[in-house]
Amino acid sequence: MATYSTNEFKSGLKIMLDGDPYAIVENEFVKPGKGQAFNRVKVRNLKTGRVIERTFKSGDTAEGADVVDMELQYLYNDGEYWHFMDQQSYEQLTADAAAVGDAAKWLKEEAICQVMLWNGVPLSVAAPNFVIMTIVETDPGLRGDTSGGGGKPATLETGAVVRVPLFVQSGEVIKVDTRTGEYVSRVKE
Amino acid sequence: MEYPAWRPGVDLATLRLRAELLARIRAFFAARGVLEVETPVLSAAAITEPNLASFGTVYTGPGLRYGQPLYLHTSPEFPMKRLLAAGSGCIYQIARVFRDGEAGRCHNPEFTLLEWYRVGFDHHRLMDEVAELVTGLLAGRLPLAEPERLSYRELFWRHLDLDPHRADVAELGACAERHGVSIPPGMPADDTDSWLDLLLTHCIEPQLGTGWLTFVYDYPASQAALARLRPGEPPVGERFELYLNGVELANGFHELGDAGEQRRRFELENAARRRLGLPVMPVDEHLLAALDAGLPDCAGVALGFDRLVMLAAGKAFIQNVMAFPVNIA
Repeated sequence: MATYSTNEFKSGLKIMLDGDPYAIVENEFVKPGKGQAFNRVKVRNLKTGRVIERTFKSGDTAEGADVVDMELQYLYNDGEYWHFMDQQSYEQLTADAAAVGDAAKWLKEEAICQVMLWNGVPLSVAAPNFVIMTIVETDPGLRGDTSGGGGKPATLETGAVVRVPLFVQSGEVIKVDTRTGEYVSRVKE
Repeated sequence: MEYPAWRPGVDLATLRLRAELLARIRAFFAARGVLEVETPVLSAAAITEPNLASFGTVYTGPGLRYGQPLYLHTSPEFPMKRLLAAGSGCIYQIARVFRDGEAGRCHNPEFTLLEWYRVGFDHHRLMDEVAELVTGLLAGRLPLAEPERLSYRELFWRHLDLDPHRADVAELGACAERHGVSIPPGMPADDTDSWLDLLLTHCIEPQLGTGWLTFVYDYPASQAALARLRPGEPPVGERFELYLNGVELANGFHELGDAGEQRRRFELENAARRRLGLPVMPVDEHLLAALDAGLPDCAGVALGFDRLVMLAAGKAFIQNVMAFPVNIA
C-alpha cells in the first residue's frame, strides 16, 4: 500500500494507525513562526467509529489503508454471517456481526448496500437510506385517525421496530428512513 | 453551484479593509518619522533556520551567462539591517514574503509582512509600540482589554505548571501525555525545542490572547533566532511574540549586533540542516559585514499583515483575506 506524506492529508484519506484503518476527518497545519511544523489530525477509526486526535511532524508519512467502498447485494444470513455478492463479478463476501452492526435490522434479501472493505474483507455495512418493508405485527389502531399524532410501535419483517401512525395496519407495506429509523409513508403494492 | 476557480477568495468588504489598514499603517509610521523602505525579494543568500524553507530560483542574464541561484526572502530582515548599519535610522517595510511548505488555516506560502526597526528601542519599548499600533488598527472592530505580558517561563508555568528552561525531554513528553496530546512519531530525544513547540501549539496557543494582546518575551537561548542574549540564570533571548485570539501575530527581537555571534548561529543552524538532511543555505556575508561595521542598538518586529486582517474582519481562514491564495493563484 502507498504511504502518504502529511502534505497529502485531507479529509476522507484512509490511513493505518496502530494496526487499524482510519479515515481523516480534519487536518490542521500548525507552526510557530520560528518553530517545528505539525499536522494535527482528527481521525475516525473505521472499525469502531471512534474519533481521536493524532499529531504528525509535518513532512512525515503514514501508511495508506486498503479501504474501498463497494455496492454489494445482500443475499442471506446463515445464522452467523451475512452474505453479500458483487453484482459485477458474482464474487461472494461474508460480513460478521461487528461489520454489519445496526444495519442488520434493515437488511432485506436482494437489497443493494454500501459495504466498506478493508483488505478485501467487509469492515462496515450501510443499509440503503430507504427500505420498503411489510408490517408483520402492530396493534389495531382507530380507523378514523389520520392525524399521525402519537403513533404506535410496528414490527417489520426483518424484526425492526418503528413507530407508525395509528391508521397503519398489520400486513401493510411501508417506507422507512434507515438513517433515522423513522416511518416515511405507506407504499401501495 | 460550484464556485468558479477564477473568482477571488476574498469578499469586496475585506479587500477594502486590507487597503484601509495598509493606509493607516503608513500614516502611523509617517506620524512617527519612520521611513518606508523597499528591499529585494531575491537574494543570493538565504535564511539558515532549519524550520524555515526558502523558495529558490535562478537568474540568468547580463553578467551571469550560466546562471546564479537566488532565493526568495522569508522576511526582509537582512537587507533592512544593512540599511540600519548604513545609517538609515528607523525604517519600516510592507513586504511580500515567501515560505515553502506552509499552508493551512493561518498559513499561505506567500504572504504580507509588516516589518519595522526602531533605533534605540529594546524589545519592551517595541512591544509598547506594537500594542499601540495593533490596538489602534483593531479599534471599533475587535474590542481589546489591556494587553498582558508574560515571559516564556511564566507562560509555561501558568498553562502547564512546567519550567521550560529546565524541563528535559522526558518531562516535556510526560506533560504532553498528561494533556492528552498524541506524541508524533519521530520526535527528537535530544532537542527540547521541538517538544516545547508541541506543547505551545497544542496546549497553550489556542488559549492565548482571547480578547486581549498577549506578549510572550525572553525565550530560551536555543530559540533566540536573531535576538541578543541576556546573560543570567538561565540566559534568555531578548525575543518576543504577540498572540491574539490564539493567532501568532508578530515576532520581535532586541536585535543581535555581534557579527561573530551571528556567524556562529548561522553555522550552527546550517549544521542542524545537515543533520536533518535539509539543504545548507548560503550565509549572508553582506549582513555579517554590516554587523561588523556596526548595527545601531535597535529592536525590530515582523507582523503578519494577513492575520491582522483576519482578526479585524472576523475571518477564520487566511484564504478569505487574500485575493488569490495559493490553491487558486
